[in-house]
Amino acid sequence: MKRIKVLKNIASANDAIAAQNRGLLDRYNILAINLMSSPGAGKTSLLLGTIAHLRHQLRLAVIEGDIASKIDADRISKEGIPVVQINTGGSCSLEAHMITNALEKLPLKTIDLLFIENVGNLICPAGFSLGEHRKVVVSSIAEGDDKPAKYPIMFSLADAVVINKIDLLPLQEFDLAGFHKKVTGLNPRVTIFEVSCKSGHGIEAWCSWLLQQLQNHRKT
Amino acid sequence: MHELAITQNILDIAINEAKAAQASQITKIRLIIGELSGVVGECIQFYFDFLKKDSIAQNASIDFETVPAELHCRDCQTSFKLEDSSWACPCCRSTNLEITNGQSCFIESIEVE
Ligand SMILES: Nc1nc2c(ncn2[C@@H]2O[C@H](COP(=O)(O)OP(=O)(O)O)[C@@H](O)[C@H]2O)c(=O)[nH]1
Ligand SMILES: [Mg+2]
Ligand SMILES: [Zn+2]
Repeated sequence: MKRIKVLKNIASANDAIAAQNRGLLDRYNILAINLMSSPGAGKTSLLLGTIAHLRHQLRLAVIEGDIASKIDADRISKEGIPVVQINTGGSCSLEAHMITNALEKLPLKTIDLLFIENVGNLICPAGFSLGEHRKVVVSSIAEGDDKPAKYPIMFSLADAVVINKIDLLPLQEFDLAGFHKKVTGLNPRVTIFEVSCKSGHGIEAWCSWLLQQLQNHRKT
Repeated sequence: MHELAITQNILDIAINEAKAAQASQITKIRLIIGELSGVVGECIQFYFDFLKKDSIAQNASIDFETVPAELHCRDCQTSFKLEDSSWACPCCRSTNLEITNGQSCFIESIEVE
């Protein structure tokens, strides 16, 4: 009997593929954003609001991850934006190899900003890097203010957190200041946006951040 | 459900390591599961018994060690284990906390013959 030290993260194979994806995106000068949230927090709504705001300045594209349906991809496709649907077939997170396949179906030469809508889940996607340049967590007022304490890993990894459905604040008990404090406590570098995809509140600030990220990315 | 994909990864990593060491079979895999990693040991066990058939790991058992979440308070510098879900420093109640342990899941070692 022989004991072999391994000390390898269980996602190490995924991480290697993610690095290849990132290399490919960098060759085409594309900034990729991994959007993560619980089901129904508003990822697709945020994408639609963002598309309306940025479509005349930037060339956008979307990869839609879903367990089974293609409803979200149809919503995006109606806007005339290139979109690829990935059905994970029951898996609760997108994985890097799925993105590799999706990238083959996109017109990479004519994309500035690529959004990846991950499967609605706040645990599993934290473990699977896709090759993205920024991670964004969407959390909504409707879900309550305990999400950062329940899913600390996700919030600690995020470059930005979008608090969506801010229009519901008068109807819901939600400690907004406490939420900010918990998120920045876990993650001092994070940028937080208060947004309502319904009213359009905060979409402009969020889009300015995206433009800034793209600029920073192209400088490096 | 991602435990199926994760278990396949665990098996792939272990088999590659064993082959690199020219071993003919794997007898044990030691897995360290961070409390915050979201990985469920029982699910891994279930899929492992299914996936290992007809591989050099078919007689292998899998050992789990769960590592509790550890946090560090950036305000008063206390390090502590997460005892409840209150998510605050036990000394000063601050929520300015860095996660220092318990976030990942990795294979510590394997035993081969
Ligand atoms: N009140 C309110 N509802 C919203 C807002 N944004 C999205 N919704 C609703 O929340 C539901 C889920 O939104 P969707 O974008 O599909 O979430 P996803 O599952 O994260 O993609 C839909 O019924 C949306 O109309 C918002 O800002 N305010
Ligand atoms: Mg959606
Ligand atoms: Zn403290």
